[in-house]
Amino acid sequence: MGLDFTILPKYLDIVLLGALWTIAITLGAAVVSFFGGIFLAVIALYAPLLVRWPFRAFSFLFLGTPLLLQLFLIYFGLVQIGIDVPAFVAGVIGLGLHFAVYNSELFQTSILAVDKGQIEAARTLGLSRMQALRKVVVPQAVRAVIPPIGNNMIALLKDSALVSVIGVSELTLSAQRAIGSTYRPFEFYVLVAAIYYIINLGMEAVLRRVERRIQASK
Amino acid sequence: MDYALMQRVFPFFLEAAWITILLSVLTALLGLACAMLGTAARLSRFSLLRFIGAAYVSLFRGTPALIQLFILYFGGPQIGIQLDAFEAGVIGLGVNVGAYMTETMRGAIIAVDKGQGEAARTLGMSRWQAMRYVVLPQAMRMMIRPLGVNLNTLIKSTALVAAISVVELTYTAQRYIGSTYKPFEMFMIAGLLYMIIIYAVGLAVSWADRKARLN
Repeated sequence: MGLDFTILPKYLDIVLLGALWTIAITLGAAVVSFFGGIFLAVIALYAPLLVRWPFRAFSFLFLGTPLLLQLFLIYFGLVQIGIDVPAFVAGVIGLGLHFAVYNSELFQTSILAVDKGQIEAARTLGLSRMQALRKVVVPQAVRAVIPPIGNNMIALLKDSALVSVIGVSELTLSAQRAIGSTYRPFEFYVLVAAIYYIINLGMEAVLRRVERRIQASK
Repeated sequence: MDYALMQRVFPFFLEAAWITILLSVLTALLGLACAMLGTAARLSRFSLLRFIGAAYVSLFRGTPALIQLFILYFGGPQIGIQLDAFEAGVIGLGVNVGAYMTETMRGAIIAVDKGQGEAARTLGMSRWQAMRYVVLPQAMRMMIRPLGVNLNTLIKSTALVAAISVVELTYTAQRYIGSTYKPFEMFMIAGLLYMIIIYAVGLAVSWADRKARLN
């Protein structure tokens, strides 16, 4: 069986719709992983021992296991405890939590790197500990760590292909459906790879702009 | 938690863990080989080779490993490449991780002070000799730890071959989740085994790193 790329245009709308879902799931999971990462970092650094410990165990578990395994846990685990969420939501939660743990590691180092005098000054000005963290420390810490967080977001885009396995109709699964009726895996997967590559380039360009702006504002 | 069930299925997970280890070792070796070629190409004097090296890194890091695996395994037969799932897994993941390792190696080599290579050339060494006897030994020391990070990621990404039905840890977990409806228990067993593998590799990398720094 030779290659025949002329078959692709007929299915382009299905595949592009899938690409939109990939972008949606990436954005959703990126937001979860960003704020989840800050939340986990603050817990890891400042929460009392009894709260910190379960979160640490969770992070340890999520850092040491594959994303695909975690997706199975979340998707089937939620069903098991009686929460029947759509695959899309399970995918956003799974991807988001996975990368929140990675982001948290970055946030922790950058929060600790913020000058101690900053907290002391904020406290002297009458801010509570929580306020000092929220308004003074975290904003500075986040800024310092944008480039590596951006790299995690790009990794997230590529890993979003995995949610096809739990049945989210994103780019990869749309292609699989088209392959199911055409039996042309090579052509469709190459098309899909090209689309991921383009989205990836777009994300890199946005990231570079953000980095430049942060550099400029320093 | 259903401990009786966990005990009963544990031997199957253990067997699958060996497949994961075998996959990781083979993939790591192929990845290192690809990375050496990739690094040599990226640092070459010839612009064509530099371009090929850069394209390799960009394409394989810019698209999902899962799709690369699918192109090879499902699309391969269309262009005359017939591989079983395990072979496709090793080759697909190996070439993929090679792109990441290329960047690690190149980073370590260009991090060696430029004066070192220049001094060696002034002493009459050829380009290759300067690289072999002066730059590389210093770069090797710097690349152990970041290559360890690549290795850690690689072990976790071997889970992807579950999607092409290689019976390794994640596939086994998935199968038992499907037949027992006990996702948490199965996750804990597979997760524990992954973490043991990753922890052991981490220890080995730290040991190698310490040793390299002492010399």
